[in-house]
Amino acid sequence: MKPLVLTHYTATSCLGAGLASTLESLRATRSGLAPCRFLDVDIDTWVGSVPGLEDVALPVESRGFDCRNNRLAFLGLGQDGFAEAVRNSTRRLGAERIGVFIGTSTSGILETELAYRNRDPVTGALPARFNYVGTHNTYSVAAFTREALGLTGPASVISTACSSSAKAFGTAARMIELGLIDAAVVGGVDSLCLTTLYGFHSLQLTAARPCRPFAADRDGISIGEAAAFALLERPSARDGAHSVALLGVGESNDGYHLSTPHPEGLGAQLAMRAALEAAALGPEAIDYVNLHGTGTISNDLAESIAVEAVLGARIRSSSTKGATGHTLGAAGALEAVICALALRHQFLPGGSSTGVADRSLPVDYVGRATPSPLAHVLSNSFGFGGTNCSLAFGRLA
Amino acid sequence: MTELTAYLTGIGVVGPGLADWPATAAILAGQRPYAYADPVLPLPETLAPTERRRAGRVVRLALAVGLEATRRAGRNPAELPVVFASSGGDGDNCDAICQALASPNRALSPTRFHNSVHNAPAGYWSIAAGARVASTTVCCYDASFAAGLLETLVQCVSTGVETALIAYDLDYPPPLRAARATTPPFGVALLLHPAPVDGALARLSARVAPGTPDRLDYAQLSSLAATNPAARSLLLLEAIARRRTGAVKLPYLEPATLRVEVTPCG
Repeated sequence: MKPLVLTHYTATSCLGAGLASTLESLRATRSGLAPCRFLDVDIDTWVGSVPGLEDVALPVESRGFDCRNNRLAFLGLGQDGFAEAVRNSTRRLGAERIGVFIGTSTSGILETELAYRNRDPVTGALPARFNYVGTHNTYSVAAFTREALGLTGPASVISTACSSSAKAFGTAARMIELGLIDAAVVGGVDSLCLTTLYGFHSLQLTAARPCRPFAADRDGISIGEAAAFALLERPSARDGAHSVALLGVGESNDGYHLSTPHPEGLGAQLAMRAALEAAALGPEAIDYVNLHGTGTISNDLAESIAVEAVLGARIRSSSTKGATGHTLGAAGALEAVICALALRHQFLPGGSSTGVADRSLPVDYVGRATPSPLAHVLSNSFGFGGTNCSLAFGRLA
Repeated sequence: MTELTAYLTGIGVVGPGLADWPATAAILAGQRPYAYADPVLPLPETLAPTERRRAGRVVRLALAVGLEATRRAGRNPAELPVVFASSGGDGDNCDAICQALASPNRALSPTRFHNSVHNAPAGYWSIAAGARVASTTVCCYDASFAAGLLETLVQCVSTGVETALIAYDLDYPPPLRAARATTPPFGVALLLHPAPVDGALARLSARVAPGTPDRLDYAQLSSLAATNPAARSLLLLEAIARRRTGAVKLPYLEPATLRVEVTPCG
């Protein structure tokens, strides 16, 4: 594929709102995870919740979208001048020439979960104020983003569990390549809810301590929440020397199991190889892999085997989920932004502040953030249903 | 806006009183009367017994139409990239999870949880077919069929590979039913080839364009087409069944429609 520039990007997670606090935490290998205090959840686990999200209110005209997920989207869009940057591009390109492709797994389902606690004792009806289309429906976050930014081009939500917002880059890139649009707002937004906390707990996949991806004593995930966005455009004379570009997208399926990866990561291998091929890069050109690295025994093992098979055992890699938690449908976009920061500021993000690396896994795992020249990086995102997506990023030459 | 062209090579349909594509085509072409009957959602035979037990109505619906389309076109499901499109996904499962989470002990079953992802049908499909080729799952509320068709055309044209669309939506159980208008289950699968191959049924040429969406001519199915997002495909299926040449304007993101020029082949 032809490179597409991330002309603007932003991220909001438990590391803070916007790029400055995200970068500062990543450079210090600092985690934003904390013991779970979300609502009345009684699971012994840690989460990555976004500070200050409880105080965010949507503008009056957007009240029809009011829910935690869309408030998180609103908070994220307001950082780093992202919304202004989109408005500038809109003046240049036209609102109908900019698409909106957002990944989410649970959308505003928290509203429905809470509405079910307040059903009419006689009829069983949900409270009258329950608003399905603006909150529950999987598309609501793209509808909100499109409306908040005043865009009128093609839009959709990509909802493929934890690969959702990585795959949103693929959808956007194809549409720009074919000339349907000239730019796209690509992003991922997923927020804490009961379904994922109790769901991962039912699978015995939530760690009791902060998650420790690729550590010898890893025992599960920490769930996080995030909103991350990038404005994707064709290269132009306006791009700076340090601009970061999407170079390749690779997608595949395991065809193996709904919630367990293929033991040798065969699908993951296909996705990484496809991303390299799309980017016209050999495996030796990759300097760093931002791993999916959820912190479960089987996920990290399968991914390490896949990474070694495609890139060799000496590839430097880390999972930033020890810092941000697993932000599920937002993870692809959040980690794309982390890759952009790594390329922009030339450092390897650290994978852990607590764990001791599992030396039996065949990768060179980066524990602490380290300055390093980087030209090309890969970011992996895999999900339930056996869905895999790998993205290749690089600095513009 | 750019026009995207592909050739329709296979169709699968399941809906109320619509057993499969030939039956649906005969009804839409006026060769056979329509009579409502609850949709039959077969247990997918290609799934292993464990997965078959775990597959809810949404998985049965998606796999039924996908397998009909690939069978009619003589394609191997393992080799086809697929775009799945649905507004509501698995409402039965969502209701069961929300009930469990509102109960005192909040215990979820692992199967309920892994079935809760919007791409669960895509997962079952790839497991059943042993498919490692990519699939994706999109949602665009009431415009989910048009968004899915657009995504499928984009993938087909940009990769040069035959690509399938599987679109489906089902009714929600109460109490969600009151918050989201419901209809009987409806699913459709379309196989799109980038080149005019033998056996192609029609040439489709689509672009996003402002306009007013068309209405279904066949009156007895118009309420289904208006209330089930996947059944908005009936506008396109009607043109194909009647071998009509001309434009069909599918509801998309207002004021835009997805305008599809349909030209019968052969």
